[in-house]
Amino acid sequence: MSLKFSDEAQKKFENLLTRYPNKRAALLPVLHLAQEEFGGWVSPEAISYIAQLLGLTELDVYDTMSFYTMFYNQKMGRFVIEVCRTLSCEIMGASTVTEYLENKLGIKSGETTADGLFSIRNAECLGSCGTAPMMKVNDDFYENLTTQKLDKIIDLLKQKA
Amino acid sequence: MAEIKILMAKENVKNSHQIDVALANGAYSNLEKAFKMKSVEITEEVKKSGLRGRGGAGFPAGIKWSFMPTGDRKKKPNYVVINADESEPGTFKDRWILERDPHLLIEGIVITSYAVESNTAYVYIRGEYVKQAKILQKAIDEAYEKGFLGKNILGSGFDLELTLHRGAGAYVCGEETALLESLEGKRGYPRIKPPYFPAAIGLFHCPTLVNNVETISNVPWILENGGEEFAKIGKPNNTGTKLLCVSGHVNFPGVYEVPLGINLLTLLETYCGGIRSRNKLKAVIPGGSSMPVLKAEECNVEMDFDSLKKAGTGLGSGAVIVMDETTCMVDVSLNLLKFYAHESCGQCTPCREGMPWMKRMVQRIKDGNGRPEDIPLILNVADYVGGDIDFSRGKLGKTICALGEAGSWPTIALLNKFREEFEYFCNNGKSMINRDKSIKTPENAVPEVVAT
Repeated sequence: MSLKFSDEAQKKFENLLTRYPNKRAALLPVLHLAQEEFGGWVSPEAISYIAQLLGLTELDVYDTMSFYTMFYNQKMGRFVIEVCRTLSCEIMGASTVTEYLENKLGIKSGETTADGLFSIRNAECLGSCGTAPMMKVNDDFYENLTTQKLDKIIDLLKQKA
Repeated sequence: MAEIKILMAKENVKNSHQIDVALANGAYSNLEKAFKMKSVEITEEVKKSGLRGRGGAGFPAGIKWSFMPTGDRKKKPNYVVINADESEPGTFKDRWILERDPHLLIEGIVITSYAVESNTAYVYIRGEYVKQAKILQKAIDEAYEKGFLGKNILGSGFDLELTLHRGAGAYVCGEETALLESLEGKRGYPRIKPPYFPAAIGLFHCPTLVNNVETISNVPWILENGGEEFAKIGKPNNTGTKLLCVSGHVNFPGVYEVPLGINLLTLLETYCGGIRSRNKLKAVIPGGSSMPVLKAEECNVEMDFDSLKKAGTGLGSGAVIVMDETTCMVDVSLNLLKFYAHESCGQCTPCREGMPWMKRMVQRIKDGNGRPEDIPLILNVADYVGGDIDFSRGKLGKTICALGEAGSWPTIALLNKFREEFEYFCNNGKSMINRDKSIKTPENAVPEVVAT
């Protein structure tokens, strides 16, 4: 099975290339685009596809990609929950948030639930220190967390799925 | 003196991120004035203002601009890159500008690019700021539509292409040369110095000016009111206002715009409503997690570059992390070392090996298996990785970038200033602090959950 961007993504891709003097510089935005387009992770097939699009080797693409925490090299849950664990969040109770979620979802940080809905990860400072503790679920920040609020968020996400 | 708001002037304006609202409140009004000036005159004005970089190092912005080759000296394209990576733990100030007043930033970018004769600018925003990136992208699109970006801006003959570039999760990409590598589509490895300034060799091997979001957002005001007016705010050599982002154990955490030189205790009492639950203040990190901690009794200090340097720490990014008496400093040290061990890019041996080594030793103490001799050993490793801020312990500069120092400075300060806590933990296998690990979100700070 070979991957291919949808027409809309192809248009975005072509526009990206016009913004940089060389193709390589578009690698990060193209990786973001590919991850969005191909199921929330960058598979070996996606790496080959990107390499071919940008005139790079697969190794070039993997070399860059593996440096950054936001590109996933394995399939993740539908909702990736990232609890910030850095200092400002930690002193406001972040470890209790992680524990609460782990118990609620029955998985450890770094794992995905059996139904493929939730993954929990610990993240380093996400720039929400004044509204700690916080977590990021896919693209969205959830701030000023409490256990009641966590219950509600998980319920809402389950409904959405 | 009435409170001067340069960066948060639109604090009470609703929807200030939308172009019509921004225009009604004076956005882009300084472009025409800028285009009537010679580029060097703008740089001179910024020099006069005394504006120092707001990203962490505090280097004078006007001087940095003057390193850019302009006029006959310009042989290659010049680039302007805005650092919106905002990754220093405790920092969430640029986020305020990105969310609430993106047009202020764009206006600053246009003026800055004109001043250093650059026709291409990039904003490098941290990957996790998805919503903020969407807001800024919309603002950029609006600015293009209105003719504030693109070809022949306002009939001036000046062209500027502005591109928003998202990072993908790496602390070290806030370091300006790592940021440039990342922008070129590579791993975010900081570059070997010299050259010390990307004005010599920067993005795509061309002269490049890298400035922080907050720094550039000061530029429209400086142009409107003049560098001398700006220099009247704050203190000599520490001019202007600063966004301070306060987090941790205060009643009202948040972003506050204050003149440089405000007393730290005043900030905590007057602006932040004091320490939560009437607890006692224990310690403050005044400038982001890389800066040495201040004990409560050291907090009667002015918040500016020079005063904090004199106090043995630094203003850094203006991230003030407040800790009350329930905080265990062994926990704090471990938390920070986990961060630096995770974020070390791995190029330099002292940092790549030293951070995890120190982390393991502090973890051992926290697990109750610490030995008294671990404390001097951790300090010894910290010396080899980065050394101390005042040069008293080893020399600085053992690593390509400052991440070595960034992890060592707070570690050395925590161990020295709270040594009795570490010793107690080693001797008794438990913390001497009655820790409070519960979730501490104040009830009034909890908005309803909105499904998105």
